[in-house]
Amino acid sequence: MESYHRNRRLFWLLAGPGSFWLLFFFLVPLGIVWTLSFGEKAVIDGQISITETEITWTLANYLRALADPVYLKIIWKSVWISVFATLLCLLIAYPVAFLISFTSPRRQAWLLLAVILPFWINLLIRTYALIAVFRTKGYVNFTLEWIYNGLWLDHLFGAFQPLELLYNNFAVVAGLVYVFMPFMVLPLYASIERLDRSMLEASLDLGAGQFTTFLRVTVPLTMPGIISGVILVFIPSLGSFLTADLLGGTNATMIGNVIERQFKAANDWPFGAALSFLLMYVTFGALALRAVISRQSGMPA
Amino acid sequence: MSMISIRSLTKTFGTVIAVDNACIEIRANEFFAVLGPSGCGKTTLLRMLAGFEIPTHGQILIDNHDVSEMPPNLRPVNMVFQSYAVFPHMTVLDNVRYGLKVTGVAAKEARQRAEETLEMVQLSGFGSRKPEQLSGGQRQRVALARALVKRPKVLLLDEPMSALDAKLREQMQLELARLQEDVGITFVIVTHDQDEALSMADRIAVMNDGKVEQIATPEELYESPASRFVADFIGKVNLLDGHVVGAGTNTVTVDVAHLGQVSIPHQGHASGTVSLAVRPEKIRMDSHKPDSALRMNGRIVDWAYYGDSSHIFVQPEDGPRMSVTIQNETRTTIENADRGDHVWLSWQPGDTLILDR
Amino acid sequence: MRLMIRRFWKRSDPLDYANRLWMKLFIGTVFILLYAPVILMMIFSFNDSRRNIVWRGFTTKYYEKAWNNDGLIDAFVNSLTIAAFNTVLATLFGAMIGLLLWRFRFPFKSAYDGFMALPIVIPEICMGVAMLAFFSRIGWPSDLPWPLNLSSIMIAHIAFSFPFVAIVVRARMAGFNRELEEAARDLGASQWQTFRDVIFPYMRPGLIAGALLAFTLSLDDFVVTFFTSGPETVTFPVKVYSMVRFSVTPEVNAASTVLVLITLVAATFMLRFQRPQEAGGP
Repeated sequence: MESYHRNRRLFWLLAGPGSFWLLFFFLVPLGIVWTLSFGEKAVIDGQISITETEITWTLANYLRALADPVYLKIIWKSVWISVFATLLCLLIAYPVAFLISFTSPRRQAWLLLAVILPFWINLLIRTYALIAVFRTKGYVNFTLEWIYNGLWLDHLFGAFQPLELLYNNFAVVAGLVYVFMPFMVLPLYASIERLDRSMLEASLDLGAGQFTTFLRVTVPLTMPGIISGVILVFIPSLGSFLTADLLGGTNATMIGNVIERQFKAANDWPFGAALSFLLMYVTFGALALRAVISRQSGMPA
Repeated sequence: MSMISIRSLTKTFGTVIAVDNACIEIRANEFFAVLGPSGCGKTTLLRMLAGFEIPTHGQILIDNHDVSEMPPNLRPVNMVFQSYAVFPHMTVLDNVRYGLKVTGVAAKEARQRAEETLEMVQLSGFGSRKPEQLSGGQRQRVALARALVKRPKVLLLDEPMSALDAKLREQMQLELARLQEDVGITFVIVTHDQDEALSMADRIAVMNDGKVEQIATPEELYESPASRFVADFIGKVNLLDGHVVGAGTNTVTVDVAHLGQVSIPHQGHASGTVSLAVRPEKIRMDSHKPDSALRMNGRIVDWAYYGDSSHIFVQPEDGPRMSVTIQNETRTTIENADRGDHVWLSWQPGDTLILDR
Repeated sequence: MRLMIRRFWKRSDPLDYANRLWMKLFIGTVFILLYAPVILMMIFSFNDSRRNIVWRGFTTKYYEKAWNNDGLIDAFVNSLTIAAFNTVLATLFGAMIGLLLWRFRFPFKSAYDGFMALPIVIPEICMGVAMLAFFSRIGWPSDLPWPLNLSSIMIAHIAFSFPFVAIVVRARMAGFNRELEEAARDLGASQWQTFRDVIFPYMRPGLIAGALLAFTLSLDDFVVTFFTSGPETVTFPVKVYSMVRFSVTPEVNAASTVLVLITLVAATFMLRFQRPQEAGGP
């Protein structure tokens, strides 16, 4: 690495296009949304305009989001669904990542590929594929009915009643776990792979059992990976729009869906902008938290 | 009585035989070394003692209990790892008392014992430090204290000096020997460094290619190696091929191409093709023909000067190049010979060994 | 007897977790659950039934139907056009930023780093609404002729995909031995010749991987596009979304299968270039 002083022309040449693009087509748009969040619908000729917005630096939009029980409830529900989905991801992904990093290098490459591959499949299609699995006449109910009838339970209790798996919180959590699982496995794998095997051996050697070793050595030493994974799953879960939209129906709305509604159907941009920025603040908070924790533990995240 | 009994121990990984039918008895309070080149299976042997690998065949008895398949956390042995494996997320004190804590020793006692042990390895006052604030040597002492605080019956050391520089290594070797005398427990050390094994151990097992070649004291290993491999691996050796033509009581007559027929004292059986082995420092170098049955002449082809001694390579008219070590006893010793000089080499029959090829 | 028992209940080595049966069963189940929905969708796109849960025989008629659906094909062409433009520009910008971050030390570098990572870390929906607000505020013309009417989507795609390319290129360059460059200079190459003959060949696998990443990111994006597209500028995922809103039809399954296969081919190429030592590259 060298100082930019040594070759200023090259420095500006390389920095120019990307910085310009991100400044004008990313930071400026975000700035517009930010100012919009302090606006209200313009009053033109005594009538509230549908399209025009006036920036009055009011905090009413934020207050509405945080004080109106309807929206507060949705925010809390979004947070809880995301937390739940994240924890479920962690519980499932940890053993997977653990096993991958303990198998032979050749198999590791294949298993990692198998984890990453779904990430390349369109998010919309993966979510959509779940509808066919969960709907009343979907694969899950089909299989359950087959088992039910196979056990002659239809003769005892009457015909099989399909489970309502779609359009509820369960479906949203399942969808989030399904869609964001690779984000959890990869950072966990990276940190478990880096873990010095002799640390585990030392713990066993000193008299700790497998479970104690896991709790006192493996988990603390892979904490950076756990934190990275948790944040990588929590942020997109909280901001997700598609999963709740397709799997949650009207019963399981999340913040993302409210934001979308404000910008499209409801046409209340200032309020939608305020909600987006609340989401951004939570995101930055989570990222800052990760930075603080990784600095404290003295390990790179 | 044996502290450790290793009986017909075999470990295979797929088709690779890492340890092949090893039988070793290690006595209580012994400083025992397992020596061999890398990949000879010595680390696998140690890991089976610790419980990290389960033997494919055979048994391990520690203090008369079969521990072959016992999980590592239940064995009365502790290990100092090659990388030390000091837990980076714990302080020095927490590292040392970890083994006590997880086995249910009361907090107060654990702390006291940990502090005593830290004192023993000269680290008192370092308890609250994190491993990253320690030097390599200090980290090794933490690893040592962490293992010793458990008062194991056997302490296992896996190449403990390999990460230390030469000066520190020598100091640590002395300290380990002192510690072993102080605590009076059995030490088993694995190393590829022959000086380390020879200087510290009471007895040494030499391993090659998964097999135990010889178990003996350092003196025996050097002066009476049991095989060509051991003779070659420990120290330097000149090997001359010949075949046995006759045997008397305690002597064997061997026909060696470049020496003629010579009689060598030898216990036990020898027949067919053998190698005569002689250490470089046992050979005398003279400018005129010596009065000895074991002699040859040749030309000095190379010379390496080491300060206290010199290593000289002599090429006979026919036969293998011989290496000779001479002590530079006077400041002018080396001035008496030069490359290209014709010299006579000779040695005593009693300094010659007969080894199977 | 004891020997018999030992042979049957051979303990595995304590750290040999990968060979524990329950671990294998667990990971097997997870992978099945991870893949089953998409694979079932692909299989049932060939099913000769509208109810598409019970197999009624093989057919490709839904592929024909999808092929004859003009809206779907237009959306597909739009998607590919956007992805193509995006790949070129995002790779260019991303490679430059990647080289910049690899090469130079400069004031506020970590802040600049964070700035570059912003499009990656913020929720997609925030970026989507920002783009929507931006283009309507500045009055970006929406009635341009094709393919210029796709420009707003392209701009948004480039903005979120080039930082990914920068990361890939920078990671690739991190393994570059600066002595190679010094050797080239020592042997008389100019700065430009050094770049062309030494740095660029080393960078190439990262560049190709980055380009494929940009391609698939653009082709796959739904959320940001959803907010930037108009009625005339529908992309493939947006079109599929509007079809899915109605119902799950085999036609959508067929169209989705095609998209999945395209991205998987791109992904396969990308993985090959990310692991040059395995692909036998430089």
